Amino acid sequence: MEKFVKFDGVVAPLDRSNVDTDAIIPKQFLKSIKRSGFGPNLFDEWRYLDQGQPDQDCSGRPLNPSFVLNDPRYRSATILLARENFGCGSSREHAPWALADYGFKVIIAPSFADIFFNNCFKNGILPIVLDTKKVDLLFVEASRNEALVLSVDLDAQQLTTPVGDLIPFDVDPFRRLCLLQGLDDIGLTLQHAEEIRAFEERRRASAPWVF
Amino acid sequence: MKNNKYEKDEFVLYVVPTYSCLIKPQVDRAMSAKTLYDKLWEAHLVRTDEDGTGLLYIDRHLVHEVTSPQAFEGLRMAGRMPWRTGAVIATPDHNVPTTDRAAGIVDPIARVQVETLDRNCQEFGITEFGMNDVRQGVVHVVGPEQGLILPGMSVVCGDSHTSTHGALGALAFGIGTSEVEHVLATQCLIQKKSKSMRISIDGELGPGVTAKDVVLAIIGEIGTAGGTGYVIEFAGAVIRALSMEGRMTVCNMTIEAGARAGIVAVDDTTIEYVRGKPHAPRGEQWQAAEVAWRQLHSDEGARFDREIHIDGASIAPQVTWGTSPEMVVSVLDRVPDPAVEPDPVRAEGMRRALDYMGLQAGTPINEIPVDLVFIGSCTNGRIEDLRAAAAIARGRRVAKTLVQALVVPGSGLVKEQAEREGLDRIFIDAGFEWRAPGCSMCLAMNADQLQPGQRCASTSNRNFEGRQGKEGRTHLVGPAMAAAAAIAGHFVDVRDF
Repeated sequence: MEKFVKFDGVVAPLDRSNVDTDAIIPKQFLKSIKRSGFGPNLFDEWRYLDQGQPDQDCSGRPLNPSFVLNDPRYRSATILLARENFGCGSSREHAPWALADYGFKVIIAPSFADIFFNNCFKNGILPIVLDTKKVDLLFVEASRNEALVLSVDLDAQQLTTPVGDLIPFDVDPFRRLCLLQGLDDIGLTLQHAEEIRAFEERRRASAPWVF
Repeated sequence: MKNNKYEKDEFVLYVVPTYSCLIKPQVDRAMSAKTLYDKLWEAHLVRTDEDGTGLLYIDRHLVHEVTSPQAFEGLRMAGRMPWRTGAVIATPDHNVPTTDRAAGIVDPIARVQVETLDRNCQEFGITEFGMNDVRQGVVHVVGPEQGLILPGMSVVCGDSHTSTHGALGALAFGIGTSEVEHVLATQCLIQKKSKSMRISIDGELGPGVTAKDVVLAIIGEIGTAGGTGYVIEFAGAVIRALSMEGRMTVCNMTIEAGARAGIVAVDDTTIEYVRGKPHAPRGEQWQAAEVAWRQLHSDEGARFDREIHIDGASIAPQVTWGTSPEMVVSVLDRVPDPAVEPDPVRAEGMRRALDYMGLQAGTPINEIPVDLVFIGSCTNGRIEDLRAAAAIARGRRVAKTLVQALVVPGSGLVKEQAEREGLDRIFIDAGFEWRAPGCSMCLAMNADQLQPGQRCASTSNRNFEGRQGKEGRTHLVGPAMAAAAAIAGHFVDVRDF
């Protein structure tokens, strides 16, 4: 995984609550056995006017002009601003794969669904939880004529607005470290292989029916 | 720094320590009384880091074709092998056709995905119930049916409806593909302990009210994010009185309430369900297992972070009207009006949902016509579900206005059992299509899909936009309600049938 570095990014405001992973990447694209190439089909049913098919060239498809990512202001967005319970529904990791492939590095919302939240960290995306009032303010600022650019500093755990307002955020220390250093958590877990083996033997003795 | 508007109106909450725990009797109770979740967590905890991150040992890992190929590829790229192949069971379910199996899979991309699962299982030595094995089916129906899920186990699968298995007193949650790879490689999952919630459904359900209505009513009550960050224990007289299959329906949709796992304490119903299953322990090992499993309940006095009580008698058959499972009312109600919703974000969500669903506020639910009916899925594709639907369909005919009524058994063995009982004939005679097992129209990855604008009464778990097909309209109901809608051509209170 690539290291998460400090960056400035355009914010795209997606003003809906309960955005589910079926909406983020519809089911027909889940037939792929690859991890890459999902970006052109991110939000497929909202983004295009026709029905998308796997392995299709999306460059000539009719765009839905009212969808936020098709607004010229947000074409280069790398930060997605969302509402409550973002990423609910299916556990499909294709959702963060599609968001990352499209170019999103940060998602800001008042709350996230648990599995999606976890999946983001495994794919170099930082999900930031802010209280509803702050999210409301960001929606106002991101919807002005000129797109909002936020500076994201994971090391310092803060966002900076163009006028210098600081917005601190919380992040789990272990996950922060993994993102900053681009760590492979399988490798980290396998450092405890002896402990896992010892646990497994104890469990085999106490609950042999499990094995 | 000047005038930072993002810092205005900030309240700092101080946690005031209370010293009531110094009173001796309460200390003893608080220290010793554990929730079922506490017990399951502690039984699988390999280690805890300083920041509280736990490493949980995983007993059972279920695998299907959609969320596993990239995980196996990851193992291969890193030169890793599965830690314990005996823990893993695979079956293809999302992409399989529910029509003639002998013809294979026509869709070339879906075929490659199913063949990739076959190849990965062969290469890594993993047991798979392949597409033409009678034990194949929806992975969450297959696991308990085979006795591969036992009380007290930790269970994962790259599928959010893994919560189903909590019905057996197991700690079960859905994970992403990176975590699938992590569990394959290490037999462990990195996780922080969740908060605990107990939802008690007290009293008794009225006639014609089912487990599906119970869980939809719970979601309507707490919302689709109500359980976020929690593991939910379902308790109370209504849950105790449910069959194992009913409990599976409730736990299955825990994820629609935002919680990764739902659990039910072990009792006689659990023990009798597991007894004699193909992979259940036997003889002396059964005796020892039963003793251990009988401990799998929350202790008297155990504390939960949140407790909710719902009166079972107040629950009527439920029908969703919108594009989120929390948008649910009783069949006796009307489609709600966004104009009376005080929260502007919610009101806008309701307006968008009504627009998508092609519904007017104020329409009585039982006047909404349906075009298709789908009976099946990991929520309601078990034998009791099919019996409940068949009891309504028996001797009746599907309405002429219906485009299609599908019955898709949850597994090959459920299908066989239903055919032994003659349920297939009842459905076919009534005008339903009797299909081969799989996820089918629950998520419409195979050919079973809604066309734009079509309205479906579905026993599945999600009514999201496009879930059953682009611009398709889904209403979630229980199996008997779905069968009744098929006969009437519109929603109808099954209690009047």
